[in-house]
Amino acid sequence: MVTVADTPLDGRCPDGNIANRWDQRKRDLKLVAPNNKRKYTVIVVGTGLAGGSAAASLAELGYNVLSFCIQDSPRRAHSIAAQGGINAAKNYQNDGDSVWRLFYDTVKGGEWRARESNVYRLATLSTSIIDQCVAQGVPFAREYGGTLTNRSFGGAQVSRTFYCGGQTGQQLLLGAYQAMMRQVSAGGIKLFTRREMLDLVVVDGIARGIVTRDLVTGKYETFVSDAVVLCTGGYGNAYYLSTMAKTCNVTAAWRCHKRGAYFANPCFTQIHPTCIPVSGDHQSKLTLMSESLRNDGRVWVPKTKGDSRSPDQIPEDERDYYLERRYPSYGNLAPRDVSSRAAKERCDAGFGVGPSGMSVYLDFSKAIKEDGEAVIREKYGNLFHMYERITDENPYKVPMRIYPAVHYTMGGLWVDYNLQSNLPGLYVLGEANFSDHGANRLGASALMQGLADGYFVIPYTVGDHIATRKVKPISADRPEFHEALEAAKSRTAAILNVKGTHSTEHFHRALGKIMWDHVGMARNEKGLLHAIEQIKSLREQFWQDVKVVGSGETLNQNLEHAGRVADFLEFAELLARDALYRDESCGGHFREEHQTEEGECERNDAEFSYVSAWEYQGVGTDSILHKEPLTFVDAPFGVRSYK
Amino acid sequence: MNHAASKNLNLTLKIWRQAGPKQPGGLKTYQVSGISTDMSFLEMLDVLNQQLITSGEEPVAFDHDCREGICGTCGVVINGQAHGPDSGTTTCQLHMRRFKDGDTIVIEPWLAKAFPIVRDLIVDRSAFDRIIQAGGFVSVNTGNAPEANTTLVPHHVQQEAMNAAACIGCGACVASCKNASAMLFVSAKVSHLASLPQGQAERSKRVLNMVATMDAEHFGNCTNTGECEAACPAKIKLTNIAQLNREYMKAALFSKE
Repeated sequence: MVTVADTPLDGRCPDGNIANRWDQRKRDLKLVAPNNKRKYTVIVVGTGLAGGSAAASLAELGYNVLSFCIQDSPRRAHSIAAQGGINAAKNYQNDGDSVWRLFYDTVKGGEWRARESNVYRLATLSTSIIDQCVAQGVPFAREYGGTLTNRSFGGAQVSRTFYCGGQTGQQLLLGAYQAMMRQVSAGGIKLFTRREMLDLVVVDGIARGIVTRDLVTGKYETFVSDAVVLCTGGYGNAYYLSTMAKTCNVTAAWRCHKRGAYFANPCFTQIHPTCIPVSGDHQSKLTLMSESLRNDGRVWVPKTKGDSRSPDQIPEDERDYYLERRYPSYGNLAPRDVSSRAAKERCDAGFGVGPSGMSVYLDFSKAIKEDGEAVIREKYGNLFHMYERITDENPYKVPMRIYPAVHYTMGGLWVDYNLQSNLPGLYVLGEANFSDHGANRLGASALMQGLADGYFVIPYTVGDHIATRKVKPISADRPEFHEALEAAKSRTAAILNVKGTHSTEHFHRALGKIMWDHVGMARNEKGLLHAIEQIKSLREQFWQDVKVVGSGETLNQNLEHAGRVADFLEFAELLARDALYRDESCGGHFREEHQTEEGECERNDAEFSYVSAWEYQGVGTDSILHKEPLTFVDAPFGVRSYK
Repeated sequence: MNHAASKNLNLTLKIWRQAGPKQPGGLKTYQVSGISTDMSFLEMLDVLNQQLITSGEEPVAFDHDCREGICGTCGVVINGQAHGPDSGTTTCQLHMRRFKDGDTIVIEPWLAKAFPIVRDLIVDRSAFDRIIQAGGFVSVNTGNAPEANTTLVPHHVQQEAMNAAACIGCGACVASCKNASAMLFVSAKVSHLASLPQGQAERSKRVLNMVATMDAEHFGNCTNTGECEAACPAKIKLTNIAQLNREYMKAALFSKE
């Protein structure tokens, strides 16, 4: 039984014409005078696109910024792995793009489960991001005449994606990182690397600091601030195998949730259609092949079940280009959720290729024939190279084999229009929040959101919190800080004290299998109920049987991993419960009970057009559901068809 | 299909173990068996670590994160070569099909005065961050930017900038250099920004300050042997070092700043 809160949750969006709402809000936000800003400290956790851009921009304004990351350098955050590009409504191609169209494509792409006002602001800010990045020296791809060039991405019929070869995330992150380093040298940012946030400190209902563990010395520390900005990314590693970096985790967000921050739409997870298939039990992670490849690559499987001929022996008329067949107007650029399910459908029906039969071809032979190998090499050279290193196959000669993998999580901590959680003083940016992508994110929109939040939203909204609440200086001697510090220490000690027989890796893989089998690309009531029981039982086993070698007083990666898996084991249950409660299909959340005859999502707007924001009640105790109703005026409900 | 069928390998590993920066370290020998040739090098280390945990020994500490060759976190010296035998390849992207059954593999951390050992195969590369802090940026506050297409950047200039900007900051250039020089790393950032119109205003100050910091961090000098280029997983070219020298000379002789 789920307890639903009586009062609906309010996203606190401005009213009026959607195009003016952000201007309206900026007029209403209170300011902190330039010479007062240096009196205030803002903690920024995470140094990806959201955290890096936020830390740099806040320091430029004059705030004292304390920046934390778990990596050895801020330049390594997982935003760096984004390949294909970043969307912006510049309409440089004169192909009919506009702020409105980017807004509409994003709302439709997310199946009408995102907040209209936020998405419109995102589309508006997209153009300033490109300006800012170019000014920083980000080497975006150019035409021969020197103007910026674009490529197409899934879910759009215009070319609005800016890119730097196949390394767009890297170049954008280095831009933000360099802006950060400039502020470190100017004294505006104090940098704390190899630090993991283990708790949020809430004083009188307001977020006032964090607890960290130094991953080198094992030392616990508390930090006091006037606002906490959480930019700690997504939770895809709950599935063990995903395209995310190995250290990506839910710990910081989950600990904030346990301190009262609502967790929104956790069941909205994105399974990316173009990843290198699993090759064996040893697999430690999956590698994405950028969606940009689908500009020139054609996806197909043999028309005959179990056809074992090599792809070059299969004649054209015996190939099923199933995306082009099912979705003629978008073809190979159908959105991610749609393309992933289509691949699963073909493989489940026995048409898959490769040793396991769990992959499909992504074929470049037509593009290579038409444009020449050199052109394809310039566009995708590094991706082809990476594919060959991993699979030992040359994609210029043999089609790539791909299969869907967990890639991005649309859900995250609940935030209002100002990106503030329900806990005043706690702001959540980028993938860590839930706000802009609804039930499915379009390609090249994650970079856009991270940078919009960090460069152009938080610099305005954090000042309003400081100015309106008139936050007073406090000291880390307060009991709330001691309590949080001791809680973090004792959790680590508890893990070390189990002294069981199975490694953390064993539990993480087991959790991943439960999640992929029952809470993956297709979900149903029976499977979800089963998964919830299995997760609970695995969690109990973990606390009785996990074996962590070494101590808490030194660098101990095994211990770090155990802490993160312990949190995943709590969080995964919420993810599955959210998937169970949302009894409709939309975007990345596909409930088998709700599909059309053709196997497409069947949404239920009458009952489920809301954000599910869960309030923590204790481990194993059912959370309280807060509903934020979603209304669609400027992008009215429609059928999400890509046919 | 040109994919060779996967095989299983039995290997002897000699791995540098060191409990902390001040503790003594040494090579320790381990055996691993049943390593699939489809595994990545780090997945092979994962197998060893699971084996160590089972036997109650502390696993080998090594840095890694994205495991797709872009974050620059991983990096060890494999049989004397930074990131191992494949060119243009990070440790995480090196696959076990490069090794033969019965091989002995020696695995060491980056060894350089400027990169102190933290534990086992992990080193402290924060000196690279401090070099970037000295000038590896364009001073443009958020909100200051003009319309992106106002300044044209010809295709070939953008390509040149992109090739230099592709550096992942892993430190293999330093680890492979007999002088532990950071010239390839520094030159990549200097060339990237010097080749773009946006980098012109601070061109002289940038190169002077970054080189001064590089020296202060105890990196050695470049003697043009080119080991760095051979080891670089991002294929940063040695010609960037020539450009760095030109930029430095020009700034040192003619800059009015």
